[in-house]
Amino acid sequence: MKKYWSFFRIRFSNGLQYRVAAYAGISTQFAWGFMEILLFRAFYRANAAAFPMEFPQLASYIWLQQAFLALFASWTLDMDIMHSITGGNVAYELIRPMDLYNMWFTKNLAMRLSRAVLRCMPILAVAFFLPNPFKMDLPPSTLQFFFFLLSMAIGLFIVVAFAMLIYITTFYTLSPLGMRILAISLVDFLSGALVPLPFLPEPVRSVLEVLPFASMQNLPLRIYSGNISGDEMVLRIGLQLFWLAVLIFTGKLLMRKALKKVVVQGG
Amino acid sequence: MIELRNINKCFKVARRNAGFGEAVKALFKREYERIQALKDVSFTIKDGEMVGYIGPNGAGKSSTIKIMSGILTPDSGECIINGRTPWKDRIGHVREIGVVFGQRSQLWWDVPVIDSFELIKDIYKVPDKQYKSALDELVTMLDIETIVRTPARQLSLGQRMRCEIAASLLHNPKILFLDEPTIGLDAVSKIAVRNFIKTLNRERKTTVILTTHDMQDIEALTERIILIGKGQILLDGTLSELKKRNSTIKTITVEYSGEEFSLCPGASFSQRMNGHAVVLVDTKLVSVSDVIAHISAQVDILDISVSGSSAEELVVSLYKEFAI
Repeated sequence: MKKYWSFFRIRFSNGLQYRVAAYAGISTQFAWGFMEILLFRAFYRANAAAFPMEFPQLASYIWLQQAFLALFASWTLDMDIMHSITGGNVAYELIRPMDLYNMWFTKNLAMRLSRAVLRCMPILAVAFFLPNPFKMDLPPSTLQFFFFLLSMAIGLFIVVAFAMLIYITTFYTLSPLGMRILAISLVDFLSGALVPLPFLPEPVRSVLEVLPFASMQNLPLRIYSGNISGDEMVLRIGLQLFWLAVLIFTGKLLMRKALKKVVVQGG
Repeated sequence: MIELRNINKCFKVARRNAGFGEAVKALFKREYERIQALKDVSFTIKDGEMVGYIGPNGAGKSSTIKIMSGILTPDSGECIINGRTPWKDRIGHVREIGVVFGQRSQLWWDVPVIDSFELIKDIYKVPDKQYKSALDELVTMLDIETIVRTPARQLSLGQRMRCEIAASLLHNPKILFLDEPTIGLDAVSKIAVRNFIKTLNRERKTTVILTTHDMQDIEALTERIILIGKGQILLDGTLSELKKRNSTIKTITVEYSGEEFSLCPGASFSQRMNGHAVVLVDTKLVSVSDVIAHISAQVDILDISVSGSSAEELVVSLYKEFAI
């Protein structure tokens, strides 16, 4: 376990170095968050009753989403891993007495966390002090907050487990581009990153909510704002755990197959 | 103990002709060609041996190294290293080996080298005390004391390569695979690396398998060489044996003062100018010392040098002989 922890540490501190990227990210996320909120505000003004979430709930959803974008964004893939496969540097990772899946998983977690740590604080701080109804609210209860944290952690693991599938397919396709574009656009929509899932029309919504993508950011963000609570919340966290297990299992299986026929690129 | 028996490996390589039309065609139907990278490769290397593994580009050297380090699974054949099959028990196997890929880097680019070392220490679970002594030893032997506190991206190639080698040895492996460790290094770094490898093999009894195109590496380091070409082992023997087998001709270059001189049977002039002569000696017929004695009896020798065929020439003639 210690080796994975050391791995996590070096990747984490490596990630903390990119401060300018973090500033740029923060300003982008502010701009994006404001835009989204203003857009929804226009809709709500027309007819607030027509929407499934209350406006303050939505504001919290959007600010949290922007603050923790680095944790959940489908497009923050670890380029190191992609390059190590296409360029052949994976050779050096394969001569380590470590499980490659776990190693990459750890690396990914560290990368996402380091990016999120740099970005989330300023966004959260400002979002809390915005005027009503644009501001970010506190969660309805401490218990709810605890479940939010739990669900967010599982959600992060699901995102990483899903990204692992993209990395592993790179062993076969050798160009990460095609899979990446496909996966990113799909996940962005299906996970509620573009439009919160409750806003989607009925038959589509019920299907999407049981898919693994809904377990990524949709669930934790809605738990925080109180949109989901009680038994439903516990049930859905169970579903989250189920999807996490499925994704990790599939990933490990594919990895084992890939390594059997892996061709390390380059001489 | 390393034992390879009848290892075979095929690669599927996509090929297409140049041009846009061909590229479009390749979208729908791709033509693959099977390349036999390794064909019935067998050899045995004992503990503590130092072996040079040579062959032209694309001969299968790196593929063999990758199989022996557990990265590549061969199509057929057996490979037992210290009682394990590398690709079946990868994690157990790699704990006991060190690998340096001369064209890749294992150091983290943005952090000081020492941080990469510490990570490697944790990955291999090297105890603190052992790590410290290994590090001290490596740092002095490779002369990288100040270098290790620099981020890898700011190192020169020679400095980085010395760090790469140190990184591969922190866990004190029994076997060290070096895949072109001196590629692109200047003379000073090359010599430093060679001396280090020599000492390592002598003192720690580490088994070293080295691939290289630099014949000076081979000459300086290894007694035994294995020649591979087109995926097949062509020769396996000591360097001096090979030299003997391949060339019995020695060259004597003489600067002299005095009249012209004659030669004994078995020797012949290849060049002859005023006061300068190049003599070829067939050592099967006459010994070099006899020829020298013969010359010095006739003229005053000012300067003389004897050279056998260099490893470089040897390899070129071997490549020619086997048409690879």
